[in-house]
Amino acid sequence: MSERILSVLVEDKPGVLARVSSTISRRGFNINSLSVGPTHIEGRSKMTIVTELDAVEQVKKQLNKLVNVIKIVELDPEMTIETEVLLLKVSINKDTQTSVIEKANLSSAKSVDVGQDYAIFEMTGSSKELNKFEKLMKPFGIIEMVRGGRIAIQSNL
Amino acid sequence: MTKELITGAELIVRSLEHLNVSTVFGVPGGAILPAYDPLYDSPIRHILARHEQGAGHMAEGYAQATGELGVVIATSGPGATNLITPLANALMDSTPLLAITGQVASTAIGNDAFQEAYTVGLSMAATKHNYLITDASEIPQVLKEAKYIATSGRPGPVLVDVPKDILNQKTGWVEPKDLDLPGYKPTLEPNPKMIQQAANLIKSSKKPILYVGGGIIHSNSHKELYDLATTYNIPVVTTLMGRGAFPDGHELCLEMPGMHGNYTATTSIQDSDLLIAIGVRFDDRVTANPDFFAQNAKVIHADIDPAEIGKVREAQVPIVGDAKNVLIGLTEALKGSELDTASWINDLREMKKNFPLNYDQKDDGPLKVPYVLEQLQNLTEEEAVVVSGVGQHQMWISQHWNFTEPNTWLNSGGLGTMGYSLPAAIGAQTAFPDKLVLALDGDGCFQMTCQELITASTENIPIKVVVFNNGNHGMVRQWQKIFYNSKFSASELTHHTPDYVKLAESMGAVGLRMTKKDDVKKIFTEMLNINDKPVLIDCVVDPDDMVFPMVPAGGSNDQIIMNKEDLKQL
Ligand SMILES: Cc1ncc(C[n+]2csc(CCOP(=O)(O)OP(=O)(O)O)c2C)c(N)n1
Ligand SMILES: [Mg+2]
Repeated sequence: MSERILSVLVEDKPGVLARVSSTISRRGFNINSLSVGPTHIEGRSKMTIVTELDAVEQVKKQLNKLVNVIKIVELDPEMTIETEVLLLKVSINKDTQTSVIEKANLSSAKSVDVGQDYAIFEMTGSSKELNKFEKLMKPFGIIEMVRGGRIAIQSNL
Repeated sequence: MTKELITGAELIVRSLEHLNVSTVFGVPGGAILPAYDPLYDSPIRHILARHEQGAGHMAEGYAQATGELGVVIATSGPGATNLITPLANALMDSTPLLAITGQVASTAIGNDAFQEAYTVGLSMAATKHNYLITDASEIPQVLKEAKYIATSGRPGPVLVDVPKDILNQKTGWVEPKDLDLPGYKPTLEPNPKMIQQAANLIKSSKKPILYVGGGIIHSNSHKELYDLATTYNIPVVTTLMGRGAFPDGHELCLEMPGMHGNYTATTSIQDSDLLIAIGVRFDDRVTANPDFFAQNAKVIHADIDPAEIGKVREAQVPIVGDAKNVLIGLTEALKGSELDTASWINDLREMKKNFPLNYDQKDDGPLKVPYVLEQLQNLTEEEAVVVSGVGQHQMWISQHWNFTEPNTWLNSGGLGTMGYSLPAAIGAQTAFPDKLVLALDGDGCFQMTCQELITASTENIPIKVVVFNNGNHGMVRQWQKIFYNSKFSASELTHHTPDYVKLAESMGAVGLRMTKKDDVKKIFTEMLNINDKPVLIDCVVDPDDMVFPMVPAGGSNDQIIMNKEDLKQL
């Protein structure tokens, strides 16, 4: 099954996130990623929902029934710019420090905090790129990693 | 000019008056108390139920009998949780309902205050939409929106939760604005291209079936349905929620299909080459296993709710729109055409003759529910409003009662809620004080909400209740007989059964009993002559009877079990 990306324009009202996520889970579907944030229009938020489902049509229809959901667009993966954010805290020591920072630079991750025995990197990019970076850092000992907020936009709407 | 200051509670009552609400059902309590104060002085009639579930079903019965909004009021916490069942019931059966619940003070929300429940969260999946009021000035606008959402598109329940401090908050009357609901725009007008495509399919069909349900009743389009069916000679099946949408007894009416539908209705769908499905949702009680459902038929599916189309069965022609407009559109688009359905109708007529519904009432044997129903209907001259519980008796009523008008058959179809009948009948009778309203209930169901009989007596609501006393959760017993080797685990009610006659009398109603064939006419006549108080009949019936035809859940509609003999093949 391939991933499907829904871009959902909603009214910025209390409970709207709960309504959307409960509508999806109630019908037995999983959410791979969900992010919400404001849009350039006052009172409107945009949710980017990434799911893996055959029944995406049914989910779209059920979501459309929510009073606070204004519009749902399924993004065409071919024409979609997608990005995700990552924060990763990795162990370093005298021996590994240079190599870690070099690898991070090559991956265009930004170091945001470096301590004596750890470094924190920030990175945005496609899920694939982030996966790759995670793999690169793994041997050095990942202390903590947070990812999230996959967001997407259609390139020529 | 300074505005007159009024409380949030007064805003609620005034808004309800502005929205033409004349009756509300409810139970008071701490958080909602401020609203009960101005309600006392309002021309709105409040009916005090004995349980919030009862109040909710009353509001549903009121709404289903009238086609208008039903309103229920409850307090916070347990008052609100008791409403969950009627809300879920109304969501399933698309009943327009407005629930107003009290909430703990906004400053206390989230602190596990006394009688606090997260009502908006709890009711989210049981309502079409819900609100938490955060300022009293929102009330007129929110209630206007709530009514609109509840009654438009595919109708359903809307809940408005109001914290106590907001009920007491003083503010001025705020005239509600025009509605602005950018995410809620029901499609009423069908796409003409789709109507044309549908008409083309209908013209070339030899075996069309109009498969219609609750949508016809909600859109008040039984006349338009009648026009379409009779002008072009298309047979009609009416689902459990659609009984009365097309008159039983008409030669084109095949009545109810499905799990306990009659042979001809179920089989007509299987044999059909075109299903014209309007205001139905291909419920599993109709389709059985959808893989075997109407395998030779193309499908035109019209519904006001786009999510229903294609949910269970792919439609060759999907039509989103109000059933009334769809029916008018189709009748128009077919103008001048003559369908070649004569031999199809003839086949179905033969089928009806060969596979009638039947029952066996012995002169000295135990009473059979279908017999009792037929006798009762014979004695009632006017069109009664029939309100059923859930179980065997419900299926027998749907099978054997002749429904000829919409909104005269109220039942809990989608959720199958035991305890619905009595309170829903009270709600219906409240709306129509002079109509004959019959609560035809099972003994199991009756025991779930029987305290509402007091509500009926107290409020002078002269409903007539028939408790089909088979001493059993009959439908459960039937399944245990068929699928669990007659191991009657927890389905018998006989060990401690209330004396229903005494129970009725103790609750201010007239109690009567019938046990044998000779009683039926006499007792029913007596019942029908009492119009100043509620009457209850303890109708003692065969404890071991079964409803047929039957298609087991998940089975194929091609394999209909017609009687006990057929069961042996299972
Ligand atoms: C609230 C609720 N609980 C349980 C059930 C399961 N159930 C369906 S029918 C039935 C038996 C109904 O018994 P009764 O009211 O006596 O009707 P009968 O089948 O005997 O006519 C039960 C327990 C239900 N539908 N609703
Ligand atoms: Mg029973």
